[in-house]
Amino acid sequence: MDLLWLYAQALVDGLLAGVMYSLVALGFVLIFKASGVLNFAQGAMVFMAGLTFVSLMELGLHPALAGLATVAVMVALALAVERVVLRPLVNQPPIILFMATIGLTFIVEGATLSVWGSTPKLLELGDPYAAFEVGELYIVYSEFYAAIAVAALVIALALFFNKTRIGRALRAVADDHQAALSVGIPLTTIWVVVWSVAGVVALVAGIVWGGRLGVQFSLALLALKALPVLILGGFTSIPGAIVGGLLVGAGEKLAEVYMSETFGLGGVENFFPYLMAMLFLMVRPQGLFGERIIERV
Amino acid sequence: MNSGKRLVAGGAILLAALAVSLPAAADELFVPMPIYRTGPYAAGGSGIGGGTEDYFAMLNARDGGINGIPIAWEECETAYQPDRMVECYERQKNEGTKGATVINPLGTGLTYAILERAAQDKIPLLTLGYGRTDATDGSVFPYAFPMVVNYWSQATAMVEYIAQESGGKDKLKGLKIARIYHDSAYGKETEFLWDEMAEMYGFEIRHFPVAHPGLDQKATWLQIARRFKPDWVISRGFGVMCSTTVMEAARAQFPRERLLGIWWCGSEEDAIPAGSAAVGYRTTTFHAPGSDFPVIDEIVKYVHDRGNGNVERDRVGSIYYNRGVLQGIIIAEAMRKAMEKFGVGALSGEQVQWGMEHLDFTLGRIQELGAEGLMPPIKTSCYDHEGGGLVKVQEWDGAKWKIITPDWIKPDHDLVRAEIEKSAAKYAAEKGITPRDCSAEN
Repeated sequence: MDLLWLYAQALVDGLLAGVMYSLVALGFVLIFKASGVLNFAQGAMVFMAGLTFVSLMELGLHPALAGLATVAVMVALALAVERVVLRPLVNQPPIILFMATIGLTFIVEGATLSVWGSTPKLLELGDPYAAFEVGELYIVYSEFYAAIAVAALVIALALFFNKTRIGRALRAVADDHQAALSVGIPLTTIWVVVWSVAGVVALVAGIVWGGRLGVQFSLALLALKALPVLILGGFTSIPGAIVGGLLVGAGEKLAEVYMSETFGLGGVENFFPYLMAMLFLMVRPQGLFGERIIERV
Repeated sequence: MNSGKRLVAGGAILLAALAVSLPAAADELFVPMPIYRTGPYAAGGSGIGGGTEDYFAMLNARDGGINGIPIAWEECETAYQPDRMVECYERQKNEGTKGATVINPLGTGLTYAILERAAQDKIPLLTLGYGRTDATDGSVFPYAFPMVVNYWSQATAMVEYIAQESGGKDKLKGLKIARIYHDSAYGKETEFLWDEMAEMYGFEIRHFPVAHPGLDQKATWLQIARRFKPDWVISRGFGVMCSTTVMEAARAQFPRERLLGIWWCGSEEDAIPAGSAAVGYRTTTFHAPGSDFPVIDEIVKYVHDRGNGNVERDRVGSIYYNRGVLQGIIIAEAMRKAMEKFGVGALSGEQVQWGMEHLDFTLGRIQELGAEGLMPPIKTSCYDHEGGGLVKVQEWDGAKWKIITPDWIKPDHDLVRAEIEKSAAKYAAEKGITPRDCSAEN
């Protein structure tokens, strides 16, 4: 394979992976938009949703039923989070809510491991290794379809939150809890809706990534991949999540190949997105599509 | 009576009641159990720890412990974090009749975190298939035991296996071997030895690092399979990195029969998530998989059938579980040896260290323990804390691991020993340690 095709393949692989990063980042964006807090537990929710789904299938449930049951579990989690964590902390500074989500992470991970065990599980949806070729490019069908499905989900969510009353209510809640309440926006309902949607997104991420890596605890670590995506795309923008994902995916794969081919160095694809994010913070701290930060002084 | 007097009186009554109800402390053999049942490596921690605990529970139920002295253990969750390992160590080292007898940190990084403390406190560390390789030299590291095989022996045994598959050592010349490794001290540890062997035998080696945790290896495999095009790939990872390597190999259409993992990439938990991609995948091992051994039958009978299992029953006989059972067998035998010398009763860490340096698992002894076929012969000494260094290769058939090398593969002892002594001598010089004279030990 000559170098040109090598970089082309790295770019395609990176874009496909980037779409999947954006899926995880999307869960963060939804909750950040609704509560102004970075949900540290999003990775744990991906793990919980993925493991619940595959474990229910192992118990004999049809995938569709397992999916519905998992959605019910994630909605139940959303209700519990709203009642036990968010409601008592209304109008508290964002850092308090952030700390609460750190605690939530351990509870979600621990509960999931207690119920379903620590053994990794197989999730094969179709043939995960069948591929097609374009020139010297080699593209795995499952990753290609997953990228299309994720892109469709992102577009649907972007429309839902931009063109509906819930979307406007959501932005108001994110801006100021008290003000939103004073104009009659049902804060608690909005939170439950958003956390439920984030739970569904976590389920999709769990299935897509679980099919790629197996369903195991490491799904919780996907949150680390989402952070640079958020910094690049902006914490409040759904289109930003997908653009940020593509940038991170393509950037890290090209960097890995370049560093290895040119300098004989490897293992850079994990820190490279953070380097990109750091540089980006210096010139545009709100991200590509984030809301401009205006502070009264 | 005022409230202060009532409080004092109540406390006195409570203390008196406790003094009456608590029996005098009986002798026990205390084994701290640092474990990780949470976090990304929970499958390994719970499997190995659970296997060891089940073995101890079986000995207690069947024999009353070792020569009638019960084994006591207490879990401490490390979550595979070195700082927590130190906390667990400090909390547990003085528990039991005579303190901790032996500790299994269950991780190379965790071992490094307490290596010097344990030597100072005279508590032996048993590091089964991990840990500090040069601790094989017991003259410098009296309290560390990297049994049954250390990482360097494994690397040389892998080359021996590749030579066997290729038709002899002379066929190694011209082969291309890629080594994909966890980008950490653990992953890099054997790099120099592979380079040395590449020079010795004339094969080409390239090392490909993968950043922790190893979730994404596409770009790395792009270079391995499409550019370097090796004859063999060596996988040195842990946790999710191992199964991801197998899946990426499949996506890159690299034959799994030529993907050779180390034993930390050779559990069911590494193969199952990869599904059909793992069929044909091979790894090294230093014990057998499966439950078809008398010792496992005894564990099921005395522990699981009574509802006292320390791990899910369907994991009995898995790789991690059997590794835990082997760990239990070695500890128990070291305690027996120590009692032969120091008398039947509670043991200190220092006494168990003596037992660990005088292990002799002959085939006959292994048979007596119900572990024939499960483990290799092991013989330790002050000079050799590894005890044998024998390796087998196993292959995943889609449902289970099966051994594909009937005979144990011997490592290149001469090469490995020379490197161990060099490294241990350097450590001794840095730390101001005067090595023991092993010829004077008995």
